[in-house]
Amino acid sequence: MQDHPSPHELLEGVIRFLRDTALPRLDDRAAYDARIAASLLKTVQRQLARSTEDTAAERARLQQLLGRDDIDMEELNRALFEQITTGSIAWDDTRLLDHLWAVTLDKLAVDQPGYSTYLRVREHG
Amino acid sequence: MSSRLHAVALRCIAGASGVTGVREITSGASQSLWAFDALTTQGVVPLIVRSARLWSAEAQAGSAGMAAEAALLRLAAAGGVPVPALRGELTPEDGLGEGYVMQRLEGETRGPRILRDSAFDAVRPQLAAQCGAIMARIHALPRASLPPLRTAFAHDEALGWAERLRAGGSVRPVLAWALRWLLDHAPAPQGDAVLVHADFRNGNLMVGPEGICGVLDWELAHLGDPMEDLGLFCMNAWRYGHIDQPAGGLGSREALFAGYAGVAGMPVDAARVHWWEVFGTFKWCVSCDSMGRAFSTGADPALERAAVGRRASESELELLHLLAPRN
Repeated sequence: MQDHPSPHELLEGVIRFLRDTALPRLDDRAAYDARIAASLLKTVQRQLARSTEDTAAERARLQQLLGRDDIDMEELNRALFEQITTGSIAWDDTRLLDHLWAVTLDKLAVDQPGYSTYLRVREHG
Repeated sequence: MSSRLHAVALRCIAGASGVTGVREITSGASQSLWAFDALTTQGVVPLIVRSARLWSAEAQAGSAGMAAEAALLRLAAAGGVPVPALRGELTPEDGLGEGYVMQRLEGETRGPRILRDSAFDAVRPQLAAQCGAIMARIHALPRASLPPLRTAFAHDEALGWAERLRAGGSVRPVLAWALRWLLDHAPAPQGDAVLVHADFRNGNLMVGPEGICGVLDWELAHLGDPMEDLGLFCMNAWRYGHIDQPAGGLGSREALFAGYAGVAGMPVDAARVHWWEVFGTFKWCVSCDSMGRAFSTGADPALERAAVGRRASESELELLHLLAPRN
């Protein structure tokens, strides 16, 4: 086991440094990038905190939809991409739609949890 | 840069004796934009020079081209479309690549500020209808007077972006899914192709206390379906959080459509507008994905590209929400 500080704590420290110490001392352009840098580290924090169960569930759904037992997620996604493109899976297939919704909501939780449509869908869903 | 702009100012601005305040505003992948002031005996003339970067001809595939943009600014102004006045075109001797000089307008272009700054409270309720009216004037510009531009209707555009998606190597299944819908439902051409701006959105508009004072960024202008402009304008990406104001975060679709119909003299085809809204969302998703990829490969190390790449999922959600809503 790796001793503390944890990756989350390290990132928290770097984010704090960027926002509170570095940013006020930077010119406009560099400050703009520093703000982006801090927000990207927040994204990394959320991705690290994401449960491995989400990924396992995504893999299981892909394997079931495609009827294959590959492990590599990029391969599985590429295969699904092709099946949708060629029409070998129906556009309105319920399992497909359930999968696309689930995986997209998982992505938003990491990428942009404050995004308007995400908040709206979560509110009603 | 200053000495080059000095020569440009002497040629384009009557009575100019020099330049001052030269600064780069933005530097896109394919274009650059500089602000400067020409000094004349009558006072200071605020200007912008827009030029293509010589090394990126490829990145400009699909662009109207600088000469066409300049011609469109001139025609748009004559047709009652608010645009910055064209002051002159660059020549090879200027050493700045292709491009042109235009008036530098005063106002706000940042979408979120236009939606939230109290300075625009009075004018904001008029903006959606005003945008509709301006689009109708763009679409009415006489075809015979237009510079050479590519023609692309819905199905052509969907095929073109399908190719870009494939070339980019994305494996996002939502994009394959949305593309199938787009190809299956592309509206057939109706009537003659008209001039469409194709990037008319909150963020590319200069707004002053009196309303829209400039329609900017004519790079993607082409001939096609007029409903393209209305659909792109309604994308959630350009509502900046004002999710219940579909017309650019500024107002209702009804207000936009009424403003359009009032000038065009014909009603808006809401189903076609919907197709273009989906298409615009798809296009934006492919663009975000490719910007993220450019960061990943090191082709473009700017952090902003990484951040935009991580926003592709917003458009994926939007596509699902538009085509297979869950509530």
